[in-house]
Amino acid sequence: MDFTLKIWRQEGPQDEGRMESYPVKGISDEMSFLEMMDVLNDQLIREGKDPVAFDHDCREGICGMCSMFINGEAHGPNRKTTTCQLHMRSFKDGETIYIEPWRASAFPVVKDLAVDRSAFDRIIQAGGYVSVNSTGNPLDGNAIPIPKHDADEAFNAATCIGCGACVATCKNASAMLFASAKVSQLALLPQGQPERMSRVQRMVDQMDKEGFGNCTNTGACEVECPKGISLDNIARMNRDYLKSQVTEE
Amino acid sequence: MTEMPEHSVALDAKIPKGPLAEKWTQHKNNIRLVNPANKRLIDVIVVGTGLAGSSAAASLAEMGYNVKAFCFQDSPRRAHSIAAQGGINAAKNYQNDGDSVYRLFYDTIKGGDYRSREANVHRLAEVSTNIIDQCVAQGVPFARDYGGMLDNRSFGGVQVSRTFYAKGQTGQQLLLGAYGALSRQISKGKVTMYNRHELMDVVTVDGKARGIIARNLVTGEVERHGAHAVVLCSGGYGNVFFLSTNAMGSNVSAAWKAHRRGAYMANPSYTQIHPTCIPVSGEYQSKLTLMSESLRNDGRIWVPKHDTDVKALRNGTMKPTDIAEDRRDYYLERRYPAFGNLVPRDVASRAAKERCDAGFGVNQAGEAVYLDYASAIDRYGRTEAKVQGIPAPSLEKIRELGEAAVRAKYGNLFQMYEQITDDNPYKTPMRIYPAVHYTMGGLWVDYNLQTTVPGLYACGEANFSDHGANRLGASALMQGLADGYFVLPYTIGDYLADDIRTGEISTDTPEFAEAEKGVQERISQLLNNTGKTPVDDFHRRLGRIMWNQCGMSRNAEGLKQAIADIQALRAEFEKDVCVPGRSDRYNPELDKAGRVSDLIELGELMCKDALERNESCGGHFREEYRTPDGEALRDDEGHAHVSAWAYTGVPSEAVHHKEELKFENVELKTRSYK
Ligand SMILES: Cc1cc2nc3c(=O)[nH]c(=O)nc-3n(C[C@H](O)[C@H](O)[C@H](O)COP(=O)(O)OP(=O)(O)OC[C@H]3O[C@@H](n4cnc5c(N)ncnc54)[C@H](O)[C@@H]3O)c2cc1C
Ligand code: SF4
Ligand code: FES
Repeated sequence: MDFTLKIWRQEGPQDEGRMESYPVKGISDEMSFLEMMDVLNDQLIREGKDPVAFDHDCREGICGMCSMFINGEAHGPNRKTTTCQLHMRSFKDGETIYIEPWRASAFPVVKDLAVDRSAFDRIIQAGGYVSVNSTGNPLDGNAIPIPKHDADEAFNAATCIGCGACVATCKNASAMLFASAKVSQLALLPQGQPERMSRVQRMVDQMDKEGFGNCTNTGACEVECPKGISLDNIARMNRDYLKSQVTEE
Repeated sequence: MTEMPEHSVALDAKIPKGPLAEKWTQHKNNIRLVNPANKRLIDVIVVGTGLAGSSAAASLAEMGYNVKAFCFQDSPRRAHSIAAQGGINAAKNYQNDGDSVYRLFYDTIKGGDYRSREANVHRLAEVSTNIIDQCVAQGVPFARDYGGMLDNRSFGGVQVSRTFYAKGQTGQQLLLGAYGALSRQISKGKVTMYNRHELMDVVTVDGKARGIIARNLVTGEVERHGAHAVVLCSGGYGNVFFLSTNAMGSNVSAAWKAHRRGAYMANPSYTQIHPTCIPVSGEYQSKLTLMSESLRNDGRIWVPKHDTDVKALRNGTMKPTDIAEDRRDYYLERRYPAFGNLVPRDVASRAAKERCDAGFGVNQAGEAVYLDYASAIDRYGRTEAKVQGIPAPSLEKIRELGEAAVRAKYGNLFQMYEQITDDNPYKTPMRIYPAVHYTMGGLWVDYNLQTTVPGLYACGEANFSDHGANRLGASALMQGLADGYFVLPYTIGDYLADDIRTGEISTDTPEFAEAEKGVQERISQLLNNTGKTPVDDFHRRLGRIMWNQCGMSRNAEGLKQAIADIQALRAEFEKDVCVPGRSDRYNPELDKAGRVSDLIELGELMCKDALERNESCGGHFREEYRTPDGEALRDDEGHAHVSAWAYTGVPSEAVHHKEELKFENVELKTRSYK
């Protein structure tokens, strides 16, 4: 298969960016999208040109590192699929493919398609954990039975990979789906109860500080989320947040 | 650089005296402590934020040390541990199936083919139960049964059910737990986190590790960081084979830089080839994807009995589901009736290779076998129909219920398979083949997890410690968290107790300057090279040499050839590698060039190590040493030792040191899973 790639090139955070056009030829439909990008970079290096910088690591949909906006969609055309899990058989021979970085003021571009998502780390640092020490003596793992349903729900929320597709997709660049996934996971488990109210407050405050936008319930994030994180989590977080305003102040 | 001894010397593993089951408790009681006020005066560098690094950094910070943590990804949560699928072992005996600390210890020693240290393995089994309690307390959502209790599954090489899991994302959930603990310490200012930073060198002062040189991968700045001790948790080096199940960025550089500064590399050739991975599909392939070992709980592995069927499969005139039961060879069940599909990884991988080499591989390349879920779907379907009280369920209904049950257990793995291959594994058996997965070898460490360089420690996959010549499934996560939460934070105190009056480590010294200069020079050398060939090209070629000569089976002649080929490749790399871009920008090609350059050197040492080991054990299979029925033939007289190599400048001329392994609690036996 042959493609024309239109790719966002940007030297660094302070530089202006632009779309550049590159042809790639002889691509197999069994290649992953990132393997196709490897082919392009190999070609660029051999031509003495600057290869395209992009983030990736696990290449199996779990580390959350890959982050491309492909043909106007975060992680490309397929649902519940990260960029690294996308295969070229999802594209038509001869197609022009547009590839851009995540765009959000809280995610500045590092170079080309790589962005800085450390704002997500700071949201978690604000309270996305249970305050237990490993140097203490925790209870036996089976001391508190957890209904299977709650454990499964908590697990589903916990499968968020922190990729940022939800932010990139949202017209307000809101981080609600991401933050609510962590808030929900811990709100659903007995271990998360003691800090439940302070956690939600601190995480939401941090989200605002980082410059993420407000949620206007468009639901685009849920559609593009590669892990199928549900909007129910946002509703749960909103309820807890309101409650926390009443109880904490 | 220090003078290297000419002759092999015995290594002191500093194993505490006393009965096996009491060593760790007694050692913890005898070890020197640093009081809380003094801990505030001590800095520790932790390189890596996988399970080992995150747990170590968080625990050290909780205890009061000042920690600086480093990772090359854009967030500590993305360390390769995130990708672990199947589970984590612990001797909880919740299933009441006869499990115990001793049994986990014994299984691990046997699974490692009697090439690991008894005292370390026993300690690992002892602390395994604390890990589960700790993770539950952190809110890790492990799978639960309908009664709300923690659920378990079985993994290879054992006959009890002791593996805790969170669907197919156990590593993710455990790492996010540890990342939470780390984040908490970052928010308190006890850990300073350096994302997108790469260790470029280890700095030693008066023979002690006193800091590192790191590079900010975004700005390109080369930085000096001092500390009283350095802990490497930098993961495994399976990427020396180019194609592996490891993440693209996994590398040996941190360990290799330490090796060049005097830390010995132990058993570098012990590599785990995992039996169930998605086969290679083409030249362009950049990595391989694991299909979790947990799938062998329920899946059955087979190839056709007759080569006429093989031909028909390859030319597409027949589908696997067309092949009748009696024309299938369930070769693991046939060869190893006691363990069947759940033999250890090394055994399962070699058996797959044996069938494929004999011409029974089921894909075009002849390098694939089937992992079949049909009978599991049928079995689960019938049980579920009974549970739901459906009197005479149709075959269709049984299938439907069975598929739902399998989806609940393995859904994300099946989905991953389908995404990659475009085949529906509920309807047709998966095609799988062995692939490089894990490296048992690594930095040599003593009982305290200290390398041969004082003040330099190694945890997790980066060290060699607990798995001998073959790691059992679900034991790497256990080891990483054991090292980081429960072992290192105590043992390191004994060393740091001498440092309470040292004061801050200055980086304004000749040692730091020399190390930094070396790093700068290497960077400009790579960037200014006038070569034409991209880094990946060399990496692929290295991988091919390693896979063919130092992979699933090895022989002396091949290994010697590989050493020569790798040396030639290294020379060509230096002359012809092309690294584009600048040093003061985000430049992934430059990062990769540094890593591949170290992997090439490591490959040479691995071949040397494999050549020295004139026996077959665990993942190390030398064709010259096998039993008449093709099983591995150990040499306990000559090789019941750890090989630890000291760097001399040329990897294949490393000096060989031995740590003799003493088995006082288990009897050395021929490993049998028949
Ligand atoms: C696909 C897959 C599935 C697996 N499934 C299981 C399983 O089910 N059960 C099990 O027990 N084991 C499993 N394993 C093995 C297990 O995941 C690993 O052995 C383990 O997670 C390694 O953890 P670690 O903390 O030692 O290193 P890693 O998680 O690899 O972390 C390495 C860290 O070091 C950092 N680093 C590396 N080099 C540098 C450098 N030069 N400079 C700065 N930072 C650096 C990285 O940024 C990273 O943070 C699996 C492995 C794979 C590949
Ligand atoms: S909620 Fe979904 S889209 Fe957002 S960061 Fe998590 S996994 Fe990515
Ligand atoms: S590279 Fe890890 S999720 Fe895509």
